[in-house]
Amino acid sequence: MSTENIATISCRQLSKRYGKVEALRNASFEVGRGEIFGCIGPDGSGKSTLFRILTTLLRADSGGATVEGLDVVKDYHAIRNRLGYMPGRFSLYQDLSVEENLNFFASIFNVTIRENYPLIRDIYRQLEPFKSRRAGKLSGGMKQKLALCCALIHKPSVLLLDEPTTGVDPISRKEFWDILAQLRRQDITIVVSTPYMDEALRCDRIALMREGAVLKIETPERIISQFPQTLWSVQGDPMYKLLTDLRRHEDIISSYAFGDAHHATVRSERITPLQLEENLKMLGYLNVEVKKIQPTIEDCYIAMIND
Amino acid sequence: MATKNNRRLSIINYQLIVKEFRHIFRDTRSMLILLAMPVVQIILFGFAITNEVKNAQVAVFDPSKDAATTRLTERIHASRHFDVVWHLSSAAEAGEVFKEGRVNLVVVFSENFGENIWRTGEATVQLIADATDPNQAVTLTGYASSIIADYRQELLAERSIPIRVKAQVNMLYNPQLQGAYNFVPGVMGMILILICAMMTAISVVREKETGTMDVLLVSPVKPLALIFSKLVPYFALSVVNLITILLLSVYVLNVPVSGSLLGLTALSLLYIFVSLALGMLISTLVATQVAAMLASSMALMLPVMLLSGMMFPTENMPAILQWLSSIVPARWYIAGVKKLMIEGLPIASSLKEIAILSLMAVALMTASFRKLKNEH
Repeated sequence: MSTENIATISCRQLSKRYGKVEALRNASFEVGRGEIFGCIGPDGSGKSTLFRILTTLLRADSGGATVEGLDVVKDYHAIRNRLGYMPGRFSLYQDLSVEENLNFFASIFNVTIRENYPLIRDIYRQLEPFKSRRAGKLSGGMKQKLALCCALIHKPSVLLLDEPTTGVDPISRKEFWDILAQLRRQDITIVVSTPYMDEALRCDRIALMREGAVLKIETPERIISQFPQTLWSVQGDPMYKLLTDLRRHEDIISSYAFGDAHHATVRSERITPLQLEENLKMLGYLNVEVKKIQPTIEDCYIAMIND
Repeated sequence: MATKNNRRLSIINYQLIVKEFRHIFRDTRSMLILLAMPVVQIILFGFAITNEVKNAQVAVFDPSKDAATTRLTERIHASRHFDVVWHLSSAAEAGEVFKEGRVNLVVVFSENFGENIWRTGEATVQLIADATDPNQAVTLTGYASSIIADYRQELLAERSIPIRVKAQVNMLYNPQLQGAYNFVPGVMGMILILICAMMTAISVVREKETGTMDVLLVSPVKPLALIFSKLVPYFALSVVNLITILLLSVYVLNVPVSGSLLGLTALSLLYIFVSLALGMLISTLVATQVAAMLASSMALMLPVMLLSGMMFPTENMPAILQWLSSIVPARWYIAGVKKLMIEGLPIASSLKEIAILSLMAVALMTASFRKLKNEH
């Protein structure tokens, strides 16, 4: 966050319990104006709970939060006009048409589509050919865009998007992040949660979350550059057995399956990729390939969890 | 004045109400079910599912064959409950026709029936019914006895000879023992609560399930406006159903509105409101549409059918069930409808029912509104 910005969203020690489950544990962070802030973590890491507190739908057990300087408990009514919220599932009326959905959400915020049309023009243009189609008959990507239009129609200054890309095809996901980048240029502060670690790179800063706790808040670039070890990608047949042998290897600190390869953190002062390749070939593995790679956010997340 | 107007506007949100009507009209299948349900139920209960017996087969053994027995036999045959299909030549034949299953009732006149009446003022008729179905047997003998009693009354009026009238069966309000008289208020009580409570509960919970409720709650819309918009369409639909039921019962089942139509309407609107409030309360307690459906059917349909007095009289229930039945709104509504519609009593007679239902409406509305507000 650059220093001239005042925090648009500020959370202090937010905690929330559901019975025995600690959904959120002392979560604190600040988001600056016009920033895209990502909450990254798997299901059950407390992202949705955090969003529900920030949208004034839920009260925290302890701690506090402000949005645009307004308290989420005391000033909840004033916050609601400035907030655009897209809950986990695309909260549209499936039996209403694209146009009717948009009209309806405009009306409940006491605005008309026309007065805020410029904000949604680029997104809505793609939906316009289908404007009389029922929302339930749209593709996942289209639903997502319509839901975003509905969340933007009252020109909010803060956008809270809870897993907007879950269940959407990869092309639509990329398009969606392009749209968010455009909105950011219009000074809209965006807090977005996602279980997809690769999307973290599109955020200005991210909070890595696990089991209700915020592990780290940093720019994605810095999180990657702070990766403490050397990371190699290892391939070889048979893949499954390879993982057990890697874990047994004395120069390898940790290894885990990652897509179609295994990732391993190594004591690079004691071994080179070529030596590991030789070792594995001796053990009878075919098509062995070992190379040094740049860690992804997911590698950083796994390293943090293992600490 | 201006502030009052503004507050009004925030409670009645036109767009919200339009949206609710759209949900109903676009779901054509559900809407048809909603509108057809009262018709089907009224017709089922009015004609098919009824303990009224029509055209029961009757055999007569008449050894005296005089004017009195002939007249009485004609009377029985003329009744829509009976068809005299058999004339027996001996009393022993009665056993046979029963065994063959050809008749439901045998009427046996005593010998010299007419003569006995004129001379001693007393004669006997034996009514033999097939009691394998005890309810039907009781009903049949009841019908027959009342025909005989009528005949005796007539004789008494015709002639000045004192004739002993032994047992007079007196069926108040429903002299023909029509099943429909009993079922119409019951069906009204059931249909209205099912449509109002179940449908409102489901429509609110659907929004919770799809997440749209969250967006509505985050918007500046007032919770009261939200509730109101959910109630209006189902209120309207229920009024349509109420009219259908009343038209059907008057013109198809011949059950007239013998009391005040205004009172009946007022009572029904109140009951609809109680049901809507109940639906709202259910919607705040459950999270899924399936749960809403189960909760409404368990909490509404069964008590309404079993405890409201619709099928079983509440007076005969054990104390605990009587107590339970008194918290079933349908019980009070059905009691009120019976008074206003069937018995033709003035509105004042059902003040107790109106008071109890009003109390329930206020309590339920307050509870569900509080619950909704507390949650958010």
